Amino acid sequence: MTSPIPGGVDCDLHPAVPHLTSLLPYMNDYWRDQVTTRGMTDLVSQSYPTNSPISSRPDWRPTQGKPGADLADMQKQALDRFAVAYGICNPLYGVQMVFSEDMQDAFCRALNDWLAKEWLDKDDRLRGSIVIPTQSVEKSVAEIERCAKDRRFVQVLMLVMGDMPLGKRAYWPIYAAAERLGLAVGVHAGSAYHNPPTSVGWGSYHIEDYVAQATAFQTQLTSLIVEGVFARHPKLKMVMLESGFTWLPAYLWRLHKFWRGIRMETPWVDRAPLEIVRSNIRFSLQPVDAPPDPATLNRLFDHMQSDELLLFSTDYPHWQFDGDEVLPPGLSGDLVRKIMIDNPLATYGRLQTVKEKTP
Amino acid sequence: MNVQFRPESSASVSIKTAIADCDIHPARATNDELFPFMAKRWHSHLETYGKQAYHGMMEGPPYPKAQPNASRRDAWPPEGGPQGSSLSFMQKQLLDPYNVALGVLNPLNSGQGLRNQDMAGAICSAINDWQIEKWTSKDRRLKASIVVPTEDGVTAAAEIRKRAGDPNFVQVLLLSRNVEPLGQRRYWPIYEAAQEIGLPVGVHAFGFGGNPLTPSGWPSFYIEEMVGHAQCQQTVLASLVLEGVFERFPKLKMVMIEAGFGWAPSLAWRLDKSFEKLHSEVPHLKRKPSEYIRNHVWWTTQPMEDPERREHLFQVIEWIGWDKLLFATDYPHWDFDEPSRVLPPGVSDANREAFYLGNAKKLYGIS
Repeated sequence: MTSPIPGGVDCDLHPAVPHLTSLLPYMNDYWRDQVTTRGMTDLVSQSYPTNSPISSRPDWRPTQGKPGADLADMQKQALDRFAVAYGICNPLYGVQMVFSEDMQDAFCRALNDWLAKEWLDKDDRLRGSIVIPTQSVEKSVAEIERCAKDRRFVQVLMLVMGDMPLGKRAYWPIYAAAERLGLAVGVHAGSAYHNPPTSVGWGSYHIEDYVAQATAFQTQLTSLIVEGVFARHPKLKMVMLESGFTWLPAYLWRLHKFWRGIRMETPWVDRAPLEIVRSNIRFSLQPVDAPPDPATLNRLFDHMQSDELLLFSTDYPHWQFDGDEVLPPGLSGDLVRKIMIDNPLATYGRLQTVKEKTP
Repeated sequence: MNVQFRPESSASVSIKTAIADCDIHPARATNDELFPFMAKRWHSHLETYGKQAYHGMMEGPPYPKAQPNASRRDAWPPEGGPQGSSLSFMQKQLLDPYNVALGVLNPLNSGQGLRNQDMAGAICSAINDWQIEKWTSKDRRLKASIVVPTEDGVTAAAEIRKRAGDPNFVQVLLLSRNVEPLGQRRYWPIYEAAQEIGLPVGVHAFGFGGNPLTPSGWPSFYIEEMVGHAQCQQTVLASLVLEGVFERFPKLKMVMIEAGFGWAPSLAWRLDKSFEKLHSEVPHLKRKPSEYIRNHVWWTTQPMEDPERREHLFQVIEWIGWDKLLFATDYPHWDFDEPSRVLPPGVSDANREAFYLGNAKKLYGIS
């Protein structure tokens, strides 16, 4: 196995909201009343059923409550164990699934305040992602601006399966706000289930939805690139979280071929897709969808043609690896340092500023 | 794959070795060319109401192509009619210069993907007769695909059985975008019939099934539709594997047509990795997902993925298997892959022969 080095950045941790009622203290009277009076249930998404094997590594599953709900467990099992300098929290609570933009907004605000108070305040290593009510771009921008005053928020968080393709111009004010405020935009596996989870409708199984996440990332990358998001926002960094990455080379070969053939349709795309990915797109390390043999992996890294694309992640508490084998076998010491430290620091501008302030 | 203007009917390099072209698109010269093969009631029905697909357009595709009929600009037949509608011009432009020994016809706009299932069945059956009449009976190098009304599994299965033993047909043809993922039970009668009559089932990229083209809704551009066929095909293949289609129909062979193949290894690895943890949800699967793919799935080559460094693509082919690829040009479409240019020197003679001809002859039962 490849050993992790201390001082890294874990870019994908999932603190769990114990129950919708845990957010009540962070809502106003109206929404507290709505949740209570209407008997609203917990917002557990089908993307991660609580007891599904992928939702928690067996030895990380608590005897009671949701995996990832306990800070002491996260410290012991992830932060301390891999000796990271920072851990970025990406809450996957199912607030995106509701259909009212007002309710979504109220729940996002509560979730972000909950994260700051119950997690970021309690461990200096933790950083946060701002969950936004994407049904309303106006409300999303307002929430980004509100939370960004807290420099511990380093990223805006969206789901890979939402209401519209992410490159659509309607979303651009979100990207403008993120770029202006020095935030990365993270796109995490998961669906709002406002559209069927595949381009041919609903499958039958949880495993099918999970496998399909990778294809959703592919269609989103196409949308982001061909709509021209990065021509408009050249400094914007977008991070694909729990996306897998072994699909990237072949995907780019296809996109590049079609871009060369029909670039007249999107003339504002002024750089090759591969170049755009190299400068603006990053991927979390886990899951590594490849056989655990160094020869295959090294070939894949060669196909990716860049050692700057991957950011260290445990995907805690999701089950992606066993023991301490968070890094795939056969990585060079140089690549380990890039994945664990250099690449995350280059991606998350706010981590560097904090580091400079607190040497 | 850029739009290319070539002198009429010339191939840039004439090919000495015979090849198979596993994705040729024959077109009708006129709309009423099918009428002789359909009951009279459909003539007036079509003229009055037209064809209603799972999208809003009465004519043409929802995403405008990059050129008329998505076809090469040099492929208009001299006698008129759309690209791909003239056998003699196809012979002159494709079959003769490239030495095509086996050409598999995959008719598009063929009644698949229509909302009215009776109409879909009538048009598909007409297309099948038309393929014999206009193409395969006139040029023995050409073989037809049985098109079926995909959403009506029972009628589709009957159409397949009607063609059993007919040497004009070498596969059953489906489109990739349907009302549901293709592993769903409603489509199983198609697989049952195909296995029974011993033909592979091809899944050609394209179609509209009423679902948005991405899990986040409708994209803006034709390039997104085109690139997206690879994502759609991954979903289709995952569905076929996870629903247990290959357990239920162990002799079934499937061909993934015109959606690329570079994505196959990563998909198989992701399926296997997820299956390790989630197999209890799908106890009907007796083997790893990658094994079903390895044993049951073939891939046509066009449009070949195009890495900066060609050796990367050949490493991917090693992962898939040289015995699983079927060469295709996609004639007369604009993204035609030129046979003489897709494989560089350095590929062994045996792999080269399998890639261009041997695999296709074996799969399609051509001696």
